[in-house]
Amino acid sequence: MSAATPDTAGKLVENIVHFARVLRRAGLPVGPASVIDAVRAVEVAGVATRGDFYWALHSIFVTRREHRAIFDEAFRLFWRPRRNLEQLLSNFLERGDDPEAAEAERPAAARVAAAMFPEVAMQREPTIREQEIETRLLVSEEERLQRRDFAQMSAAEIAEAKRRIDAMRLPEDRVRSRRLVATSTPGKIDPRRTFRASLRTGARMILLRHRRKAEMNPPIVILADISGSMGEYSRIFLHFMHALGERRRRVHSFLFGTRLTNVTRQLRLKDPDEALAACSDAVVDWSGGTRIATALHTFNRLWSRRVLGQGAIVLLFTDGLERDTDEDLAREMDRLHRSCRRVIWLNPLLRYEGFEAKARGIRAMLPYVDEFRPVHSLAAIADLCDALSERGSAAADPRRWLAAA
Amino acid sequence: MKPLPASIDEALQLLRGGGYVPDRSLATVLFLSLKMHRPLFLEGEAGVGKTEIAKVLADRLDRRLIRLQCYEGLDVANAVYEWNFAAQMIEIRAAEATGVIDRERLVEDVFTERFLIKRPLLQALETDERGAPVLLIDELDRADEAFEAYLLEVLADNQVTVPELETFRAKSPPIVVVTTNRTREIHDALKRRCLYHWIDYPDAVRELEIVRTKVPAASERLSREIVGFVQRLRAEELFKNPGVAETLDWATALTELDRVALDPETVSDTLGVLLKYQDDVARIEGNRAAALLDDVKADLNAVE
Repeated sequence: MSAATPDTAGKLVENIVHFARVLRRAGLPVGPASVIDAVRAVEVAGVATRGDFYWALHSIFVTRREHRAIFDEAFRLFWRPRRNLEQLLSNFLERGDDPEAAEAERPAAARVAAAMFPEVAMQREPTIREQEIETRLLVSEEERLQRRDFAQMSAAEIAEAKRRIDAMRLPEDRVRSRRLVATSTPGKIDPRRTFRASLRTGARMILLRHRRKAEMNPPIVILADISGSMGEYSRIFLHFMHALGERRRRVHSFLFGTRLTNVTRQLRLKDPDEALAACSDAVVDWSGGTRIATALHTFNRLWSRRVLGQGAIVLLFTDGLERDTDEDLAREMDRLHRSCRRVIWLNPLLRYEGFEAKARGIRAMLPYVDEFRPVHSLAAIADLCDALSERGSAAADPRRWLAAA
Repeated sequence: MKPLPASIDEALQLLRGGGYVPDRSLATVLFLSLKMHRPLFLEGEAGVGKTEIAKVLADRLDRRLIRLQCYEGLDVANAVYEWNFAAQMIEIRAAEATGVIDRERLVEDVFTERFLIKRPLLQALETDERGAPVLLIDELDRADEAFEAYLLEVLADNQVTVPELETFRAKSPPIVVVTTNRTREIHDALKRRCLYHWIDYPDAVRELEIVRTKVPAASERLSREIVGFVQRLRAEELFKNPGVAETLDWATALTELDRVALDPETVSDTLGVLLKYQDDVARIEGNRAAALLDDVKADLNAVE
């Protein structure tokens, strides 16, 4: 930067501020402090080559690997000669009418483009709405079902749900951490507090103080099936996930049908309806088929190491009706089972009298779960909490079902 | 005191000089972190060389390396400071033996630096004639979230307060390198104070250079085949991809076995060096390994 005149330096700073704004609109958590940092970083690193400039900004604005695609696209679009920018704008406008061209865009392109030209994006919206109206006339049976699933919860329902989640006791839900906390009952001696206490009496008496291992809730990972066969339950699952995430820390939520989607971020929105709407936007395979093995494979490969640490409990909501081969399913279940503390399978099919574990998918998965729990009715979160906190794991022992069938 | 690199190129040379083969993006981030006195936050899969960066840095800049290995239950007593209670008790007994106990004086005597056991974070605030040390906070994701919050405080102000004694302030801030394996997400507040960099697996060219640098005894042909094979393995959707550390182990192992080129049998016998999960080994062993090897050899022959 030393070679730049004050005037051009001012322009650069201004552009960095604009660039930060584009990133923020595209969904990156960019605060004012990082803008100041970015200006400093660019001053320090210089703008000799495009690469150095790229990495200098990258080191400040990107704090997660998954943000790299957005950053990359935004950088490519933003830092280019003005002439090209106009060209880009016209491209963006033209493309609005051509769905095929829009289809071919790069992953983060749509978001970044909308962030760069918010006014234009607003103008574009009416045409999209019109298309929506057309498609609405063609909704299938399945799509109507999907809409019913997302009926909104009343305030009373939400309050009740939270109360029930507080009362819910998952099996093995409290684990001892290696952290020590002060306690009044005898445990390990706490030398530091003992020493301070004895000084208070002028070291004439040594009053022992104790500490014990802190207990904490292990992380919970929820894998919920949202395929067609589970259709009517997905609303309850989502509300459950949302309410649980509000009550407890370290809850990770995933939805799967034919593919796996992490909806932890979406469910963090405070308002349950907003959160569900965000989930609904994020997932593309509502009420379709199920490919449990494929979804589990993706989970095992990409997420298990990131979310299953510290003795996580896995809650698996699925009916186990599967299209993939049993071999793959057994292998992936085995891997999942060995990576976490406990796998609890909640199967709504079990509510039928005389349910037998005959389906091949179910038989393939059963050996690898710690608990297999039925849900008698699933009209409210309360039922789900009841089913999960049920005592007497003998009834939930998966071997009982394997032997019976 | 050795000077810090004054440009990105110098940062690149610095790492190279220590036998680390960086790409330019890493050198840029490192240079910025040294210049702006910001912690360097490195994320990436196991075995891509995150820890190594701090070691090379300490070595080339001739600074002390202070390593804080994180684990579950890590607390202030193990990370920052602890009082030497046994010695303090003895001091009090000795005072008692002489007869008079003046409470005020006793407290002052007992809480002095003489009885303070300094742990890594406090040590890192001390500057010696070689300059501020390199502080490596390794595998932060293993520590509890509570510790993360404490660390945030230390990193922000470069100071630690011992309530009984005083506030220790760093004359010049340490060079901090934080690494995580991403077994959980680190809070955004901490990341915001650092310069973030994701270390990816190296591409074939860079990995070959790494093998040449670290295992010079391996023949050229063998090195090329090893790198080609490992690169292909990473495209196989394994549960755990082999890292650079595994590549180097494998190169060393094969050199020790006096191999000059790969053959299917050797690959099958030594696959355990590369793959650490039985599922992965079972998938690759035999036919798949042979097919991959054929591809690698065909590629190399085509180049020649």
